[in-house]
Amino acid sequence: MYRYILKRLLLMIPTLFGAAVLVFTLLRLIPGDTCELRLAGSGGYFDQSALDICRHEMGIDQPKLVQFWHFIWGIVRFDFGKSMWTGQPIVSEMAMRFQLSMEIAIVATIVAIVVAVPLGTISAVKQNTWIDYMVRAISIAGIAMPSFWLGILIILGLLIGTQYFLGTPWMPPITYTPIWVDPMKNLALIVWPAIATGYRYSAVATRMTRSAMLEVLREDYVRTARAKGLFEKLIIRRHALKNAMLPVITVIGIEFAFLIGGLVVTEQVFNLNGLGKLFVESVTNNDYSMTQALVMLVVMIFLFVNLLVDILYAWLDPRIRYR
Amino acid sequence: MAVTSAEIDSQLAAARPPLAKAALTLIRQQPLGAVSGLLVIVMILMAVFAQQIAPYDPIANHYEFMQLAPSAKFWLGTDQFGRDILSRIIWGARTALFIGFSCAFIGSFAGLVLGVTSAYFGGWFDLLFQRIMDVFLAFPLIIMGLAVVAIYGTGAQNVIIAITIPLIPRCARVVRSSALAIREIPYVDAARALGFGHMRIILRHMAPNCMAPFLIMLTTFLGQAILLEASLSYLGLGVQEPTPAWGLMLQGGAEEYAESAPWIAIFPGLAITLAVFAFNLFGDSLRDTLDPKLRSR
Repeated sequence: MYRYILKRLLLMIPTLFGAAVLVFTLLRLIPGDTCELRLAGSGGYFDQSALDICRHEMGIDQPKLVQFWHFIWGIVRFDFGKSMWTGQPIVSEMAMRFQLSMEIAIVATIVAIVVAVPLGTISAVKQNTWIDYMVRAISIAGIAMPSFWLGILIILGLLIGTQYFLGTPWMPPITYTPIWVDPMKNLALIVWPAIATGYRYSAVATRMTRSAMLEVLREDYVRTARAKGLFEKLIIRRHALKNAMLPVITVIGIEFAFLIGGLVVTEQVFNLNGLGKLFVESVTNNDYSMTQALVMLVVMIFLFVNLLVDILYAWLDPRIRYR
Repeated sequence: MAVTSAEIDSQLAAARPPLAKAALTLIRQQPLGAVSGLLVIVMILMAVFAQQIAPYDPIANHYEFMQLAPSAKFWLGTDQFGRDILSRIIWGARTALFIGFSCAFIGSFAGLVLGVTSAYFGGWFDLLFQRIMDVFLAFPLIIMGLAVVAIYGTGAQNVIIAITIPLIPRCARVVRSSALAIREIPYVDAARALGFGHMRIILRHMAPNCMAPFLIMLTTFLGQAILLEASLSYLGLGVQEPTPAWGLMLQGGAEEYAESAPWIAIFPGLAITLAVFAFNLFGDSLRDTLDPKLRSR
């Protein structure tokens, strides 16, 4: 097992390197650079020498290969440098936003699992009843609905609802408060975007739970358990659900990558200052160093989640042995 | 008794059920699929005949009709520039379907060819190719889209590029796994023994036999591409004003006016949801028909 994990970790290196090459090339293909944007942004005329000085400071006057080497060497030492746009260290720029985005992602995942597993199970057990049809309709709608539209609808609902019941419209807070400082204020902010992104997530997981449960419920060992006269509840919980969880976990892992993409849009709707918004800003500002660091972070999260899913697989199903 | 091929053809034609009967069977066996198919047809008609169907000009501003609630005159109300929302949704179908179909077709065709090629050659080529695909897969869709739009600028053509590139590896991977099985079937050996070139075997012999996964990916991509186009337009990175596009309609002040004129935010989103819903369901029933093993009971 440990050898397998080590092998997988080593296999991440070429993928990460490929991602580094890809993002580096993509960014250099974008016309203009951060110095042009910055000098043009301050308005009026700027001369070539100012541009040259700025470019020299940023290190983007060096040959591309040298720049690439600095970028890779930085990753190896976990030193991402400073943002080309704000001049602040990238790690500190990211830290606060990372907290916000990760919390939304985690709450969304929890929402998804808590909703999906019971709903999918009920839907499978009560196959072809009105409960089943309703769950299926809700989950199909969840896959079709854009998360930013759901976000807009949530804001709309909150405004109209609070106006009606409390008399004054209430909006979720915009500034982030860490959960250990003020849990209520923190959750008031996090819950809404988490629902907006989590709905699609839970819809996909519900569908997977349902179809996996349907398959497992037809297995011989479930029939044996029934023949033994076990309680139906026990059969479903102990015998069926445990075995149906494998594909569900895969789907949750795959969807986590979608979640990060979805956050880019959701943060825009709720006007949150998270990683997604930072990403959009740094791409539009041609902030090479920040964009590169963000992409590497996202790809790394994706790869680690995938590895985690595979390890979980072996843990849940002892028949699976990795070498 | 000698039977000519013409006779066989005519007998086969007689045995084939007429179109109406086939449609009836489809409705009975796949009621949801039939409904979604109908929705898809309605949307295609809307896109093609937008000029004739739309009651008003989707682009012209009418400052005397700003933010009007839905009424007999404006069925779905008007937006903050006095443009009829129904007309913009009808014209938006053209944008959405044009981009959706282009992305889905180009993406899945490229994926088909690349996936089959990778499986056909196998060995180190396959290994290297799969690692490259891994890199693209680890890149979140929307981030790829953002980068491409930043490079080439906004506009329908670039949105298509931005959405298509990340779709290709997704299709290539699925097609590859079924092409790996096909490679072992004797007719591929036979084709090789006859001295056919690599290109011919890949395109004429193997690719057509990967049709089931290919068609499933194609229909899945349709929904995804429409959703992505809407997301990019919403972020201001897709098609630009005044082109009518569903995502764009939600961007331009839909939130600001959410309280006073909720219809501006509600109807375009509903259009996106219905479109994606229809294409997804259509894909599902197509999968059930093409691949009975996967039938979702």
